[in-house]
Amino acid sequence: MNWDVLFDFSPFAKESDKVLEAFWATIRLSATTGVLSLILGTLLVAMRVSPTPVLRAIGTFYVNTFRNTPLTLILVFCSLGLSDTLKINISDETSVNSFWLAVFGFSAYTAAFVCESLRAGINTVPLGQAEAARAIGLPFTQSLRLVILPQAFRASIAPLGSVLIAMIKNSTVVLVAGYIEAAAQMRQMFEDYGATLPIFLGFAAGFMVLTLPAGLLVSHLSKRLAVIR
Amino acid sequence: MTTLTSATPPKKKSKRPKAEPTVLFDAPGPKARRRNAILTVLGVVVVAGILYAIYHRLDQADQFQGRLWKPFVEGSTWTKYILPGLGGTLKAAVVAAVLALLFGVVFGLGRMSDHAWLRVPSAIVVEFFRAIPLLLLIFFIFSGPATIATGLNREPPHISAFTAVVAGLMLYNGSVLAEIFRSGIQSLPRGQSEAAYAIGLRKNAVMRLILVPQATTAMLPAIISQLVVLLKDSALGYIIAYEELLNEGFKQIPANYGNLLPAAIVISVIYILLNLTLSRIATVLERRSRRSRKSSAPTMAAGAPTQIESGMGNAAF
Amino acid sequence: MLVRKFGVALAALAATSMVASGCSAKKESTVDGKKELIVGVKADQPGMGLNTPQGYQGIDIDVANYIAKKLGATKVTFKEAKSANRESFLANGTVDMVVATYSITPERLPKVTFGGPWVITHQDILVRANDSAIKSVDDLKGKKLCQVSGSNSWKRVTEEKKVAAKLVPAQGYEDCITKLKGGTVDAVSTDATILAGYAQREGTAFKLVNAPFTDEKYGVGLKKGDKKGCEAVNKAITDMYKDGTAKQLWDKWFGKTNLKFDATQPPAQGCS
Repeated sequence: MNWDVLFDFSPFAKESDKVLEAFWATIRLSATTGVLSLILGTLLVAMRVSPTPVLRAIGTFYVNTFRNTPLTLILVFCSLGLSDTLKINISDETSVNSFWLAVFGFSAYTAAFVCESLRAGINTVPLGQAEAARAIGLPFTQSLRLVILPQAFRASIAPLGSVLIAMIKNSTVVLVAGYIEAAAQMRQMFEDYGATLPIFLGFAAGFMVLTLPAGLLVSHLSKRLAVIR
Repeated sequence: MTTLTSATPPKKKSKRPKAEPTVLFDAPGPKARRRNAILTVLGVVVVAGILYAIYHRLDQADQFQGRLWKPFVEGSTWTKYILPGLGGTLKAAVVAAVLALLFGVVFGLGRMSDHAWLRVPSAIVVEFFRAIPLLLLIFFIFSGPATIATGLNREPPHISAFTAVVAGLMLYNGSVLAEIFRSGIQSLPRGQSEAAYAIGLRKNAVMRLILVPQATTAMLPAIISQLVVLLKDSALGYIIAYEELLNEGFKQIPANYGNLLPAAIVISVIYILLNLTLSRIATVLERRSRRSRKSSAPTMAAGAPTQIESGMGNAAF
Repeated sequence: MLVRKFGVALAALAATSMVASGCSAKKESTVDGKKELIVGVKADQPGMGLNTPQGYQGIDIDVANYIAKKLGATKVTFKEAKSANRESFLANGTVDMVVATYSITPERLPKVTFGGPWVITHQDILVRANDSAIKSVDDLKGKKLCQVSGSNSWKRVTEEKKVAAKLVPAQGYEDCITKLKGGTVDAVSTDATILAGYAQREGTAFKLVNAPFTDEKYGVGLKKGDKKGCEAVNKAITDMYKDGTAKQLWDKWFGKTNLKFDATQPPAQGCS
């Protein structure tokens, strides 16, 4: 009997730098994607609620397209399609290039969800707020910027937070775009040491370390910043 | 709840009074109309620019050759690759959905049990599978059992890619569904169960006769939107070579014809149509259950901000 | 309740589809003289075994057909066997025979009876046709080499041969070929026959370096203990080399590449 398959955590000691490097890659990827998708998502939601029908249509089309396409397809497309077939590359250094290609596809995908959570947030702002803003003469951009969005952002914290947590978990799919992060490292260790329970639990715990504090922070913030009505 | 962004966009020739298209902005005056026109032109120009850039890139890479697109108008491509792939996707999704619903009911109810020995393990299981990435789970289910069985001198089980995908989807989505069930039942007014206990029903009967039927109506949209997530997640099977739509359409077809980009476009259109149809069903059900007054529970919208883990907040969808 | 009925219907549907997809395998002790043969082959390796709209195609397919005919089979059906499930397919009778880039290795011998080998191939390197910098394994130093997860070929370069190539991860050899075309990698290294299959499909874009550095004996996998079948398979392979079919098939599938054909039949492994 070889009980190592159930209890031996030593592969982590042997590969500690690689594992830490892989999780650092996950963090960097998630952070960059988080920022970019927040910017793009805000832009999209502004388009989706704007008075201009064409902009609204563009926003809706974007969200429907990216929200309903599997992330796996988008990321494989970034790697094999954009980089290898269309030769759109950001850097000659392979790891830098695959990082930005992954961030590009991943942000494009996540932005659709950011947009939807912001829109859900806008929908929680009572009608009277918008009416009052208009009554004092604010035009669309100002009422959005000064009255609606500040309240909408606060109401969006909970859904945005779950998008954030989902995004961290989704970052594992990036391995199909050829960027080495935690999931790719786990798969490599499965090949080198066998798919043992400790390796799986170690990586699962690593992700919990990333997602659980994020979850707590989000629920704390959403309670603290909730608009009392 | 009244919403700021009205579901129906303002139509120029609609019978609705022009003054109230949506609450966010007034009916456009002359200045606003001019600005709208400018933004419209700008939007069209930017989109046209992006489309042209894409077209140009594709053209440069010779992606508009007829031979790359021809396979998609031939019946054999569809019968040989796309339809079997679609079948694989649907098979995995349907089996996983049924199992996930069962898993969700069992663990959702388990978490609400009065007995700690049931409640605590259920909570641990649900929280564990919700917190880890689905892909890691699929990898482990795919290759873990064989390694462990060999280590313990047992006959290694044969875990097919189908089993791994379905089991992963079941555990992950089942845990999310368990939470949806729990919050659905907890969202019912306390008076419902109190009244039921008052007329002498036991816990079992209260659940079965009073709470579950009401909660089901309220939960349906959230459940369906979770099933959309599940369907889209089945594309992760691509990574462990399960023969689903992405694998057949995006690996096999380009392997035969070298047409990666056209294949990507066709396959994503199929996915989008499939998911839009399912989401459409969710919306219709949501509207319907909003109309019916049989339940005292507020309808849990698909991906609404109150419902943290439904629709939006999930792994690889 | 409608919902509940729907659920029952779904469950029934799922159960039916599972039954339908399951295989009812007939078990017979030897493949020799069996009338209907099910052969496990690769479905995604151009040149070796590829599932096309016209059916399975490749040298593995043709070899399997030849051997099956010599064994006296009248009907041959092909079934995809991935690398990971070749042993279990043979063991549980899903297939009678496996011809799927199946190397004879010491680890597999306890589980599988191998006929053949029908060819000995080597690990080689595929580069772009205009690349003259890579002539041997050692030239891969500092070059971008495709690293396929789940394959050991890259390890033979970076770990056994200790050549410091830069590894670029990919999901499969198909992806590697796309990356080689696009310039994201400089070289792909694995069995020469697999590389030649891609090279032939891609026309003049690629060339083999022809610097072989390991031996891979492709065998015909049979159910453990089928000695009679194994001997019959070995006889069929001898015939294949004697009557020139081997050369003919080689030219058909790899003729447009610079992969060399070895006309002497590889020595049989012996049946066990």
